[in-house]
Amino acid sequence: MITLLDGWLKGGFRHGVHPPDHKEATASHPIRRMPFPDEIVLPLRQHAGAPARLLVQPGQRVERGDKVGEAQGYVSVPIHASASGTVTGVDWWPHPDGSQAEAVRIAVDPHSAQIPRPRLVPRWDDLNPDQVRDAVKDAGVVGLGGAAFPTHVKLKPPEGMAVETLLVNGAECEPYLTSDHRVMLEHPERVHFGIRIMMQCLGTSRAVIGVERNKPDAVARLRATIPDDLDIEVIALRVKYPQGAEKMLIKAVTGREVPSGKLPIHVGTVVQNVGSIAAIAEIFETGYPLIERIVTVSGPGVVRPSNLLVPVGTKLRDVLAFCGGLTPDAREVLMGGPMMGAPQGDLDAPVLKGTSGIVVLTAAEAKPTRVHPCISCGHCLDACPVFLNPSLLGKEAQAGRYGDMVEHHLMDCMLCGSCSYVCPSNIPLSQMFALAKGAVRREQQRAKEAAAADGPGGGKAA
Amino acid sequence: MSARLEAALHAGRLELVASPHLKGPQSTVRIMWTVVATLVPVVAMAAWSFGLSALLVIAAATLGAVGTERLFGQGGSLADGSAALTGLLLGLTLPAGVPLWMALLGGAFGIGFGKLLFGGLGQNVFNPALVGRAFLQAAFPIALTTWPIPGQGWSRWAGDTFALPLLSGGADAVTGATPLGLMKFEEVSTPFRELFLGTTGGSLGETSALLILLGGAYLAYRNYLNWRIPVSILAVVAGLSSAIHAVDPAGFPGAPFMLFSGGLMLGAVYMATDMVTSPVTNAGAWLYGAGIGALVVLIRLWGGLPEGVMYAILLMNALVPFIDRATQPRVFGTGRRAAT
Repeated sequence: MITLLDGWLKGGFRHGVHPPDHKEATASHPIRRMPFPDEIVLPLRQHAGAPARLLVQPGQRVERGDKVGEAQGYVSVPIHASASGTVTGVDWWPHPDGSQAEAVRIAVDPHSAQIPRPRLVPRWDDLNPDQVRDAVKDAGVVGLGGAAFPTHVKLKPPEGMAVETLLVNGAECEPYLTSDHRVMLEHPERVHFGIRIMMQCLGTSRAVIGVERNKPDAVARLRATIPDDLDIEVIALRVKYPQGAEKMLIKAVTGREVPSGKLPIHVGTVVQNVGSIAAIAEIFETGYPLIERIVTVSGPGVVRPSNLLVPVGTKLRDVLAFCGGLTPDAREVLMGGPMMGAPQGDLDAPVLKGTSGIVVLTAAEAKPTRVHPCISCGHCLDACPVFLNPSLLGKEAQAGRYGDMVEHHLMDCMLCGSCSYVCPSNIPLSQMFALAKGAVRREQQRAKEAAAADGPGGGKAA
Repeated sequence: MSARLEAALHAGRLELVASPHLKGPQSTVRIMWTVVATLVPVVAMAAWSFGLSALLVIAAATLGAVGTERLFGQGGSLADGSAALTGLLLGLTLPAGVPLWMALLGGAFGIGFGKLLFGGLGQNVFNPALVGRAFLQAAFPIALTTWPIPGQGWSRWAGDTFALPLLSGGADAVTGATPLGLMKFEEVSTPFRELFLGTTGGSLGETSALLILLGGAYLAYRNYLNWRIPVSILAVVAGLSSAIHAVDPAGFPGAPFMLFSGGLMLGAVYMATDMVTSPVTNAGAWLYGAGIGALVVLIRLWGGLPEGVMYAILLMNALVPFIDRATQPRVFGTGRRAAT
């Protein structure tokens, strides 16, 4: 009883929404390896931070696991060939974010056994934290939850800041997605191993894994496999979107709010996605860099929903074809989940390191397009997990009053889409906020550049 | 498969829509029409009490509202149901014997001046039904305070139903006073049972507290109205009037009478909760409701009029922008709860 009450009090945050989770389509499907496609396309820009620097030339032979791009600077990671073959070109190629990006095209060698070059598996317990971080960076590991933030950066807390708790994000609150669920179920030891490495790097003695209650089997598996010598707690969280948002997870687990504009480290936590933690463990188990990832392919528009192990750089077209293709009424192809995922207009775009799922929706889920005026019902205020006033922000956005929006905490918006989801008038609130945030950021960037140019250290005279 | 995929792409069938790609079940159109639907029993009760005249008055007010929206509103705005709801609510605030042309004019005025002039749905400051009602009360005070007695049968016209504009009617209907009028001017009190079930004189929708509460409870359950508003209005009216009654039991009525007489129920459940003209924040809803409750008691007990719900709501409508500004939610990670 006490534990039940405890779990209830701990496992939540205020507000949020309850979209149907649709996890049943793939939750019980074991991870299967997808065959290698004919061609792999590796954009040099697929993580937060600076894009990778090109290392290969057309015509060059690459083995699976070879670097094709090198990290440029601290917040950046290298990119590795996910299949053996020949570089056929370095071209501008459709990127899942809707733009074009410089990408390495590799014609996959149909006769290759696709066995990575044998490489030295680093014995992690002989390494100091800096060496572990270097190994993680060198393996190209980024957050696999979607934002693709380079993991080695998170492994080094800022000077003078202590990490009390490592939070492992297994919430997976986006509907349809089950890739993290399958990792927790099929590779719990790997998750715990990754946690061990991260705890040592961060110098922390406590870790908490947060999993939504709709994955009781994952909670049980993780609990049953906790190593005796580690202080790891598995918490079953309330099923609510966006439970997997960093700030919401921290609130649910520790009861603390990350101050506006600050990072999790300010409340003594580091949050890492469960899949990324497994990826860290994998480097030290196999020596292989991050060249493939688990992708949930689901939604009513897919003939055979699956959880697949996909080589990074496989085109969406090939992944969908392997899953039996699209149904005749397929309407939207999304990279990521349906709440925050990006719509895809070109199925030549490849799976990236940060691609957690490919969801195909049909006309039945497509949103109604008729937008009604805001009737101030206040449902968006009750939905917003960071307690903004989306109704007011929406009116300001329509009037182009971005300054007022910033004053009303626009920049605290995480674009989770909860307001748009509940809006009875179908007002595209989160889309307007995304546009406004982009405009404000560009304005800030311009102001910064102008200030730098005017300053004494500006160098260039106007 | 590949062929089908190509076909899908070339037919332009893949849509690019910004996230989120799922939509919750709520819709403005459904909210409006559901509110209308919950008013059907109230309309039926009005017809049962006051006969066919009641239905004709409500129909005329609705026609006035809908016709004005159709003529001057944005294309397709009729479908959202808000104009029909305004007309229906206005009709329910009128006495059964009011000439139909007045009801029609009231509906047209409410939509025209109470809503469209501000820019249509979502833009208006005042509840359009009450704007229509306030206009009628100012323009035709006699017709608006002539109360037919309920229960005189279906077919008997309740008053000057068919009077022509600007002519005084000749019908001599049986009229009486409302419970609030009786209390204020003749110091006669009406039994609680009659008040609750609605077999008393008054406006069409002023009569059955029971049906209004049931409708309101359903709307609150569906999250189509903010329950904090009626709860705070009724709580403040009950608390204030009990306190005053305790000080001077002979001079002032107690809480049950205050709660269940006049337009308080209809006002608290259906008028004050109009989403457009009430606060958007929950803290604001409490403030706004409490203000309406206090004003109702003030006007009823010490004002010149027997009833004060309409003016109480209109006055608080005017304060909504200020209430909203003063009750902005505390943003996550700011204020006292933010760890620093």
